[in-house]
Amino acid sequence: MASLRREDVAHVAKLARLTMSDAELDKFTAQLGQVLDHAGDMNALDLEGVIPTAHPFGLINVVRDDERRACLDHDVVIAMAPDAEDGRFAVPRILGEAP
Amino acid sequence: MTLRDGWEMVVGLEVHTELKTYTKMFCGCANAFGAAPNTLVCPVCLGLPGSLPVLNVRAVELAMAIGTALQSTISPSTFHRKNYFYPDMPKDFQISQYDLPINVGGYLDLPDGSRVAIERAHLEEDTGKSTHLGGGGRIHGADRSLVDYNRSGVPLVEIVSGPDIRSSAQARTYAAELRGILIATGASDGRMEEGSVRIDANVSVRRSGEPLGTRCEIKNLNSLRSLVRAIDFEAARQVELLEGGGTVRQETRHWDENLGSTSTMRVKEEADDYRYFREPDLVDLVPDQAWQDRVRDGLQPMPAERRAVLTQRLGDRAPALRDALEVVIDLGLDPYVIAALDAEVDADLAFARAANEIASDLVHVDNLSVESYVATLRMEQSGDLSATQAKTVLVEILANGGEPVSIAQSKGFERLASGALGEVVAKLIEENPDEWSRYRDGNEKLAQFFIGQVMKLTKGQANGKEVIAALQARR
Repeated sequence: MASLRREDVAHVAKLARLTMSDAELDKFTAQLGQVLDHAGDMNALDLEGVIPTAHPFGLINVVRDDERRACLDHDVVIAMAPDAEDGRFAVPRILGEAP
Repeated sequence: MTLRDGWEMVVGLEVHTELKTYTKMFCGCANAFGAAPNTLVCPVCLGLPGSLPVLNVRAVELAMAIGTALQSTISPSTFHRKNYFYPDMPKDFQISQYDLPINVGGYLDLPDGSRVAIERAHLEEDTGKSTHLGGGGRIHGADRSLVDYNRSGVPLVEIVSGPDIRSSAQARTYAAELRGILIATGASDGRMEEGSVRIDANVSVRRSGEPLGTRCEIKNLNSLRSLVRAIDFEAARQVELLEGGGTVRQETRHWDENLGSTSTMRVKEEADDYRYFREPDLVDLVPDQAWQDRVRDGLQPMPAERRAVLTQRLGDRAPALRDALEVVIDLGLDPYVIAALDAEVDADLAFARAANEIASDLVHVDNLSVESYVATLRMEQSGDLSATQAKTVLVEILANGGEPVSIAQSKGFERLASGALGEVVAKLIEENPDEWSRYRDGNEKLAQFFIGQVMKLTKGQANGKEVIAALQARR
């Protein structure tokens, strides 16, 4: 039984800047609903005393020393920009400030 | 400023500090302010496909130092992706900590006696810097933004207080004390004007005794002055709105320093609009007790402790010197003051010269040794230098380095020449009682010992015959 609503899928698609047709919304609501239901099934199990799996490798504290490494050449960086000005990436103006 | 009768403001602060590491949080690009745009970038901080982040151990330790200083519980933590689309974030997500931050809980005791709870202090990466061009009626101005990614990936700690602050003055005290702690831990240079410490304020109002009201988040607070003005403006705005029968809408507001007002930036998004999920390229961070102990052992005394030391030294003179004491603590000049007090310099003088002359030229503070500071003040106190002359000597040492006696001589502060020599000789006699008693008993060879010591202390500036005369005078 699908627990996911069509509006939820439309909302997430909007946040991810994805345009979806009505047919796609129907299709993905059903598919994603199955994924969530599967997670719900596992949630229903009695897992008292089972340690959560944080990462499949079981590694912790992977760090590097605070030492400089070479950066990319400025020319290489700017060549990747769709447009550039003043050594900076030029993009369409976005109104407002970052979240 | 106080609110109208019956109203109370409730404020919590989010303080972001850039960490003083050599390199960025997840790559080896330099963490530096002021370099040419897009010269400190690599595939990781540009978010190029296939690049992988590796956590900077120094950033972790500075975050732990901040947490330790704030009495937080250092906890097993994880990293999440905070997803949003904005050109200053080339990956389209920011790596941050979400439900399991490295520092949980804690508190900060303020000099005014109040305590503000700390909810968390977590690690995250900074974004790039956008400059907006055009618009605003410019005729030929292109309507676009320019982005510099040098700041992208610089390590940050965000310190979130509880909603415990009840006035703009208390908010200022909290921010100033926290800034002092960030500097004392070595985590930050504390420079708000360069953006290395940035503050957001969550402000709501309520009638006294009622539940919490709806809050607004105020951004763009770039100085302690802005913080105070913005909180006062926003609280008054909300009271007026509510008294007029309106309601406060939960939103993010922008502080305009020139207009002295806040305005709507955007209606607050719900937390899950960021679609947080675990960063699969980073593993858990679980500092064990030994690591936590090493960080704790490496901490220098915090401002509160240093303030207590000085206050105790001053005894009943502390209240009168409170302002100078705060300047001295804030700027980290207490070693100068304590050494001067140890040398029996009067407290007024010991504080005044630090809080004025040194504070005025702080960028050159390394030119002035504690010994030179004390020596100059001793000369002033003994009358060998006038107050003006002593200030001149300190200003000169700060600007160009050097040693007080020779500078005073070169400036032609005549009284000093003999008086200061007497000071040096008296000090040597005090420090070398054996040699002095043998010299007094007639062992003339020891005059050479004292001359040698005087030459060392004055860097060869003294006159040998004058030294002998000064010794004879005391024999």
